[in-house]
Amino acid sequence: MKIGAPKEIFPGEARVAMTPDSAVQLKKLGYDCAIETGAGAAAGFADEAYEAVGVEIVKTAAQLWKAVDVVVKVRGPEEVEAKRLAKGQTLISFFWPAQNEALLELCKSRGATVIAMDMVPRISRAQKMDALSSMANIAGYRAVIEAGNNFGRFFTGQVTAAGKVPPAKVLVVGAGVAGLAAIGTATSLGAVVHAFDVRPEVAEQIESMGAEFVFLEFEQSQDGAATGGYAAPSSPEFREKQLAKFRELAPEMDIVITTALIPGRPAPKLWTADMVAMMKRGSVIVDLAAERGGNCDLTVPDEKIVSPNGVTVIGYTDFPSRMATQASTLYSTNIRHMMTDLTPNKDGVVVQNMEDDVIRGATVTHDGEITFPPPPPKVKAIAAAKPKPKEKELTAEEKRAAEIAAFKKATQQQVTLLGVGTLVMLAIGAVAPADFMSHFIVFALACFVGFQVIWNVSHALHTPLMAVTNAISGIIILGALLQIGSGSGLVVFLAAIAVLIASINIVGGFLVTRRMLAMFQKS
Amino acid sequence: MSIGLVSAAYIAAAILFILSLGGLSGQESAKRAVWYGIVGMALAVLATVFGPGVGNGFILVLMVAVGGAIGAYVAGKVEMTQMPQLVAALHSFVGLAAVFIGINADLALRKVEALRASGGALSSLAGFAAKVAAKDGVELSMLKVELFLGVFIGAVTFTGSVVAFGKLAGRISGKPTKLPGGHLLNAGAAALSFVLLLVFFSTGAMWALILMTLLAFFIGWHLIMGIGGADMPVVVSMLNSYSGWAAAAIGFTLGNDLLIVTGALVGSSGAILSYIMCKAMNRKFVSVILGGFGATTGPAQEIEGEMIAIDSDGVAAALNDADSVIIVPGYGMAVAQAQQAVSELTRKLRAAGKEVRFAIHPVAGRLPGHMNVLLAEAKVPYDIVLEMDEINDDFPNTDVAIVIGSNDIVNPAAQEDPNSPIAGMPVLEVWKAKQVFVMKRGQGTGYSGIENPLFYKENARMFYGDAKKSLDDLIPRIG
Repeated sequence: MKIGAPKEIFPGEARVAMTPDSAVQLKKLGYDCAIETGAGAAAGFADEAYEAVGVEIVKTAAQLWKAVDVVVKVRGPEEVEAKRLAKGQTLISFFWPAQNEALLELCKSRGATVIAMDMVPRISRAQKMDALSSMANIAGYRAVIEAGNNFGRFFTGQVTAAGKVPPAKVLVVGAGVAGLAAIGTATSLGAVVHAFDVRPEVAEQIESMGAEFVFLEFEQSQDGAATGGYAAPSSPEFREKQLAKFRELAPEMDIVITTALIPGRPAPKLWTADMVAMMKRGSVIVDLAAERGGNCDLTVPDEKIVSPNGVTVIGYTDFPSRMATQASTLYSTNIRHMMTDLTPNKDGVVVQNMEDDVIRGATVTHDGEITFPPPPPKVKAIAAAKPKPKEKELTAEEKRAAEIAAFKKATQQQVTLLGVGTLVMLAIGAVAPADFMSHFIVFALACFVGFQVIWNVSHALHTPLMAVTNAISGIIILGALLQIGSGSGLVVFLAAIAVLIASINIVGGFLVTRRMLAMFQKS
Repeated sequence: MSIGLVSAAYIAAAILFILSLGGLSGQESAKRAVWYGIVGMALAVLATVFGPGVGNGFILVLMVAVGGAIGAYVAGKVEMTQMPQLVAALHSFVGLAAVFIGINADLALRKVEALRASGGALSSLAGFAAKVAAKDGVELSMLKVELFLGVFIGAVTFTGSVVAFGKLAGRISGKPTKLPGGHLLNAGAAALSFVLLLVFFSTGAMWALILMTLLAFFIGWHLIMGIGGADMPVVVSMLNSYSGWAAAAIGFTLGNDLLIVTGALVGSSGAILSYIMCKAMNRKFVSVILGGFGATTGPAQEIEGEMIAIDSDGVAAALNDADSVIIVPGYGMAVAQAQQAVSELTRKLRAAGKEVRFAIHPVAGRLPGHMNVLLAEAKVPYDIVLEMDEINDDFPNTDVAIVIGSNDIVNPAAQEDPNSPIAGMPVLEVWKAKQVFVMKRGQGTGYSGIENPLFYKENARMFYGDAKKSLDDLIPRIG
């Protein structure tokens, strides 16, 4: 089968859906490739370059549309183009089926299969054909470059012989792919970057890119997993809090890049006119959501305007096209990966496998039927965040009650112990001779002192503790010393041995303790 | 020296001993504390030697000199990894001394009674015998009970410590072994000993005392034989406690307050250590003493995943990338004598600006505080060696945790699997670190014989081999 890329007819569109490099890869899949003459010129790919890798150059768009089985494009088809579609032909491009129902109807009536690159589901396997992400990445980068172009100062702070330059302060609103790319670009240029997103789980990503997450204290926060990683509309209360935070930040920020989009809805208004009014003269706002109405009140799509207080508001919608070479390279690679999935046998024949999550999701018309919207994919984009187990906050009264209960219990225990102890003492005292009792008092007190003292011994010193108690339990030598003077030979013999081993204990125990303790050193 | 002076010296010695134990609350004050102990002991011994009723000066000096020399030699030579054996051996000495002194007391008692019967001059008696002679009937019966108890505890301590020494030194198999009949034999022997006490009490027959000593020897031997290697921290501290009680019992026999005080101090110290060790293993003291590991209450949880091995290059790469490292040493480190290599690794990592800390579980090793001593020997500064409670919360913020030769003390089953035999035992939560490397000789289970789900966790990698060799291989790759 033959794949062809016509020249984009949308005014100002410089990208192309097939590059010489991607053509080489497509040929490996068994396809023949064709291109309308001059299709790649605006993106920096000359016809000769295509010819060199064996791509057929077709004179006119009409001829191309007639000659190929698969048409690859960047922008969605204009009406003229859609009318050229034939039955059984496949079109792969951005399509935005939700906003272009008439066009969808037209394509269906032509009997063509349309694969919308913007409908590729967000699952790991499909990342290589996620053209939205690759375009958003470029847009994010370019947004910073455009901002820099219109900003009168350095991004990075410098101390020069001619004076000190403060670093530019950048706020990125919305940390999707474009937002993260913008954060990365701005930080690498040396700016101080703050970033905000309604999805708290992206805080980590923001911080990993080197920006500071603008934290918003709010009860119910969004779980991005439920919406396939995209943001969802937020409650009015949340919006109020968010705007208040932005008003607080507005006077400090030199550059604001807004990227907040909610799938299938107009862009939320996040940067209101009064915030623009608060900003310093010379500041720049780049609104990446301009195509969907813009996040900023002042944004005029496709135009750069300057507010009354000297803030530049950039509303271009063609950032990827402004970097056509890079954008074409990435987009054509996305297309090529899509073709790889569509050609499981690598024999140059498209197999429209509607069981495949990715192909099913991206296909919007097939076999004369509209297949949009697709059923939800079987694989979730992101694992659902586990609900955090709520630890029960004890109120002050409950805490107090628990403390009192614990205190009472401890008192009860101690009193019981003391009571039992007293009874045991009395029982012993009733029968034991006075001499024994006086020793017994000493014994009981010593046990008590021992318990009090030993609890304070540090865990790390338990081995030295054992060694030193070993040494002092050699005190038993006193008993042997008292007996060694006896007249009986056997007693002297036993006592002598006892003295011997007790001495080993004393000297050995103390010396080894000393040795150990000397080893403990502070760093 | 008069009795008054001797008593004064004893009071001073007792206070010094208490200060000595109290000083062990910190590493620096401990260095001073050991001197208190030495001075206290010297005071006590000198006061006794120069006090009334001590004779045979030549034998005495000779024995003290020889004993002291042996003690000094052993203390200077012992390896820090052999500390548990040494401690056990020293316990056995106290036990044996208690047995001898108790028997001597009985001999003295007998002599006094013989003299009384024959109407001989009691005033010719010296030392302990003179003291015995001064006692009346009730006091003499009390004395019999005291010395009987002293001998019993001493004998149990002696054989028990000898077996513990053998197990710790590897001369006896560490596996719990029991004679047929198990604890019934112990209980029977103990009951028989009690009957013998009654016999001895009423007739004063020497054979009863000797037979009881033999029975107590048997109890000590059989009791400790039935306890496994990893329960040794409890056993050693328990024997420590017994040696103290033996000294206290002898103190009662001899009517010597210093012996009673010191014995009680040592006894309570050992009892507290046993309690701490049991708590750290979440086991009841009785179940440790009765030996064998707790029975499971249901099937163990299925373990998913597989053990993934890693080589020293992989570990080195992870360590080079890490900012914070926690090392968890266990008995395996002591066995492999790897503490010097661990110290070298620590030094290198710290030189590279990384935060390195050690997490010590209370029952790591075979002796309370064993790991601390080994690390101190290898010159690891003690302020980076932390207790379980101090460091357990820091694992989630740690890049790499290295487990060296420990198993049960890092087993997540203790928290996750209510059916596990070690369920509820406090463990070091190493699996919460970003990456865990487990240095281990093979795929076997730990002491408790249960599987360790840690090894199957996604962030865990097995670094097989002898700990020392593996570390020596790893160290040149760091930096």
